[in-house]
Amino acid sequence: MITIVLFIFAMVGFAYWWLWRQRVLEKPWAKVGPELDTREEIGRISSAAKTGLMFFLAVVTSVFALFISAYFLRMELPDWSPVMKPEVLWINTGLLVLGSGAIHWCSKAAASNNLRAVQVSLFATGLFTFTFIYGQLMAWGQLNDEGYYLNSNPANAFFYLFTGLHALHLLGGLWVWSRTTLRVLAGVELEEVRLSVELCRTYWHYLLGVWIVLFGMLLST
Amino acid sequence: MAHVALADRGQALSHPHSFITKYVWSQDHKVIAIQYGITAIAVGVVALVLSGIMRLQLGFPDTFSFIQPSEYYQFVTMHGMIMVIYLLTALFLGGFGNYLIPLMVGARDMVFPYLNMLSYWVYLLSVIILMSSFFVTGGPTGAGWTLYPPQAIMFGTPGVEWGIILMLLSLFVFIIAFTMGGLNYVTTVLQARTRGMTLMRMPLSVWGIFTATVLGLLAFPALLVSAIMMTLDRVLGTSFFMPAMVSMGEQTNYDGGSPVLFQHLFWFFGHPEVYIVALPAFGIVSDLLSTHARKNIFGYRMMVWAIVGIGGLSFVVWAHHMYVSGMNPYFGFFFATTTLIIAVPTAIKVYNWVLTLWRGNIHLNTPMLFAIGFIFTFIHGGLTGIFLGNVVVDLPLSDTYFVVAHFHMVMGVSPILVVFGAIYHWYPKITGKMFDATLGKAHFWLTFLGTYSIYLPMHYLGFLGVPRRYFAYEGIDFIPQSALDLNTAITISALFVAVVQIIFFYNMIWSLFKGKQAESNPWGATTLEWQTPDTPPIHGNWGPELPVVHRWAYDYSVPGAEEDFIPQNVPESEVDKAAS
Repeated sequence: MITIVLFIFAMVGFAYWWLWRQRVLEKPWAKVGPELDTREEIGRISSAAKTGLMFFLAVVTSVFALFISAYFLRMELPDWSPVMKPEVLWINTGLLVLGSGAIHWCSKAAASNNLRAVQVSLFATGLFTFTFIYGQLMAWGQLNDEGYYLNSNPANAFFYLFTGLHALHLLGGLWVWSRTTLRVLAGVELEEVRLSVELCRTYWHYLLGVWIVLFGMLLST
Repeated sequence: MAHVALADRGQALSHPHSFITKYVWSQDHKVIAIQYGITAIAVGVVALVLSGIMRLQLGFPDTFSFIQPSEYYQFVTMHGMIMVIYLLTALFLGGFGNYLIPLMVGARDMVFPYLNMLSYWVYLLSVIILMSSFFVTGGPTGAGWTLYPPQAIMFGTPGVEWGIILMLLSLFVFIIAFTMGGLNYVTTVLQARTRGMTLMRMPLSVWGIFTATVLGLLAFPALLVSAIMMTLDRVLGTSFFMPAMVSMGEQTNYDGGSPVLFQHLFWFFGHPEVYIVALPAFGIVSDLLSTHARKNIFGYRMMVWAIVGIGGLSFVVWAHHMYVSGMNPYFGFFFATTTLIIAVPTAIKVYNWVLTLWRGNIHLNTPMLFAIGFIFTFIHGGLTGIFLGNVVVDLPLSDTYFVVAHFHMVMGVSPILVVFGAIYHWYPKITGKMFDATLGKAHFWLTFLGTYSIYLPMHYLGFLGVPRRYFAYEGIDFIPQSALDLNTAITISALFVAVVQIIFFYNMIWSLFKGKQAESNPWGATTLEWQTPDTPPIHGNWGPELPVVHRWAYDYSVPGAEEDFIPQNVPESEVDKAAS
């Protein structure tokens, strides 16, 4: 449970720091008037969608931190036997890095109003990400062929669980990606998709980070 | 100086006109709140009936042939799960959270209205899945509301065929619904507060609901994770939680799993869940006490710090539910310590409620009665919690009715009293009608005294060592006849309290049609939801202009002011000073 407790400590610490910056030590009854509202001075006000996404990522991190906690606790029991790590995972990791790079490029292009680059990079994002998911399925196939079934050992079960869960989250991202792509193809102003692209960028980088943590953990155990 | 209110940025509301978009597929937070509230209360009535059936068996054993042991355990399980998750969590956050947050912070709606609507319908789906388990082969699961493996998914436990799968699926769906709603509540508080509404000017109701939502967002994943892993164990034969074991004389295919791992995950959700229910109740009760005592809340800043302090601490006390699980005894020492520490901010809150009443101008309106009743039941349940938080006291009491009594005082009766108080308090705003105060007071006294006569004797049963979870107690030497007689008395009280709730429902429905028209601010409250141009508020809440907040939420009985309250949106220049 150490992983999740550390994560929660980080969250609580951040929350308390943030609250302190919002002047929760002041006496609210002492002063009257709307001028006391200094939100704009205290910090950058981001859009509601970005704030919402940040909280969503905190929820997803909580899910993964809990699975990782469970992984380490379950690993200590005697029936654990490590799972084979298919070589294709390295290629997949590279694909995901490329996907993440493509969406990053896309957000830069959207900021500088370069329609052609937005189209190309959006297409590249989808291509790399779908190929990544296909590659993960290949890894599943290889494990299955080698006899590492889901229910034959908890290490296998965790492997399928982690990769499956991660891919599901990517599919959720691809849903937003497909809506954004359709809107770009329909010819809306780039300004209108800029926020969606930025949200996608954050989400792809985040899921790349999650994958690197998971992959590193699987490799080292 | 033109100032674009923060809450109005990028928000254009289209007002729906057809009945369907207005009341069914509505994106208005107030309609969604009412949908959440009615669904939660309806499913809560089911759970209430289940508890009545359980009490019939305990009070009059061998009398009712339709209650067999397996049904008894199914009813226990469903009663617990419904009450904790599908009633209290959904009602406080989905119901009151939805209704109060935008109105209290001066927003036109939640920031993601579509997601908000989706949240309700997914919640309804989870309720339907849960209820459908009554009608499948084998019935609902009888594993107890904590669903401990291995027994939850082993042959011999009722509902192992379909009930447990539907339960896990329903929880999964519920968590998705909660996450959609929760992201909304949190983002709305952070992003859509009107001009002047600093964090420290928010009413404590919003603080409680906000903090509880953050807890929920971080803690419900633990339930999600354990539900996913248990579903895999049950359906695909993995061994996350299932140890090697022999069932019905046969070796099962499970091997090496850890049931204690499940308990850790479950209670990592389960303990914050206590505060997910308690913090909104704390916040709401603070506002009720302050309003009806015509006095500012004592120690507002301390109340806020206590709420966020409890929120942080609630993540490091989970294993006090596991003293008897066979975990490392040193953990017990650690978790007993943190449990006693969390009692400090909680006690601060109780002192502040009592000090708010001290020399207040107390109006014993119906909501106030429920709020004061809450202080009694919460102190009562809190003190027995200190008993159970200590390992050496918990060990002998853990398996007895003392735990049932403690838990129901602190997490059953207390939040429900707040729910009733809150419904009576905001009923005039929500419906535009006044309820019948005499019936409301009768409802309070019968419920309050009735629940005491249920749970006070249970503590005594616990000290006698009467085990909880048993279907019948005949022929157990150490249980005297008097304890069985007491059980009969408790059953009579429980049925009485259940029937008394008819007064509440009658009052709510009758007043809706026949109640007299409510003023827009009948209690003379300061917070923004009472300052809306329309009662009940229409879609968009405010007129053309958003309110501007000038002061904190507790300017009651300000010296020199003519009236005994100054609403939050009244500037200093408009406060009528009494001639002095």
